Amino acid sequence: MHIMEGFLPSPWWQFWWLVSLPFLAFGLHQMKAIVRERREALPLLAVAGAFVFVLSSLKLPSVTGSCSHPTGTGLSAVLFGGFVTSVLALIVLLYQALLLAHGGITTMGANVFSMGIAGPLVAWALYRAGKQVNLNTFINVFIAAFAADLFTYVVTSFQLALAFPAAEGGIISSFAAFIAIFALTQVPLAVVEGVIVALTFKYIIDVRPDILVKLDVLTQNMVNRLKEAAV
Amino acid sequence: MRYKAEIIAGLVIAVFVAIFIFTNSAIQQGLSEGEESWAGADAQAEEFISESGYEPWFSPLWEPPSGEIESLFFSLQAAIGALIIGYFFGYYGAQRKKGTN
Repeated sequence: MHIMEGFLPSPWWQFWWLVSLPFLAFGLHQMKAIVRERREALPLLAVAGAFVFVLSSLKLPSVTGSCSHPTGTGLSAVLFGGFVTSVLALIVLLYQALLLAHGGITTMGANVFSMGIAGPLVAWALYRAGKQVNLNTFINVFIAAFAADLFTYVVTSFQLALAFPAAEGGIISSFAAFIAIFALTQVPLAVVEGVIVALTFKYIIDVRPDILVKLDVLTQNMVNRLKEAAV
Repeated sequence: MRYKAEIIAGLVIAVFVAIFIFTNSAIQQGLSEGEESWAGADAQAEEFISESGYEPWFSPLWEPPSGEIESLFFSLQAAIGALIIGYFFGYYGAQRKKGTN
């Protein structure tokens, strides 16, 4: 659930656009490098983007009696990092803003930042840290995808709180109110998303572990161990 | 175990569905006539912000004229994604099979 069109007053919508633009530019640059030098990873890039498409189209009911949708950015964050993910998120947000009146052009900078940059960067950092300490790969991917989803909505709440501080209690009190609306709803959805991304990751390991090694997502040793465990 | 990940995913989704059925029955009982539940979280946020007297200063360039048209584009979005995922997993799977034979 993105920030609705027109719901960020000046100067916030310009501010978030400005913050997001350098990330998008670097993401495009990295994407070009993949197209040029790592052509074998291109299908995986398409799958990661398609994953964001599918998951962010599913509005799911949650414990709070309202609906929200997962972000689907966890897979791309683990595979390609936060910068490339910001470009994929931009594509999906454009589709939803233009065809569905979901989110918006003026609020897109803020939405790209929460869904395409902040969430994925946290996910990427968590995954790398987990890899360092030899955490089980699937648990690691689950945590990363869970975090990408949940943190997106924490940031959304923060962005709205900054733009709409409560008359009493200011930013902190309105942050609490937006967290109650967005983040709480999101917890069960983030769990489901984490599980689905972990499962998808298993299938990628099944069919093309070599690409994961080349992208430095897994080491050859980790692949060998996972293959042995799967028999 | 070979299908451990599938079993865990299936269980998590089953629990998710069970929670929905359970909360839904409670929520439906508490509703007065004509009231609707399970609205989007963004609609709730919109309401919360509008209470303070804020008027959105920009409206969407184009809005789907009805709920049906909106669901058309949501389904189309999911279909495009699913098509791409299915295509490449199928491609990779067949490639691997060819390699091992």
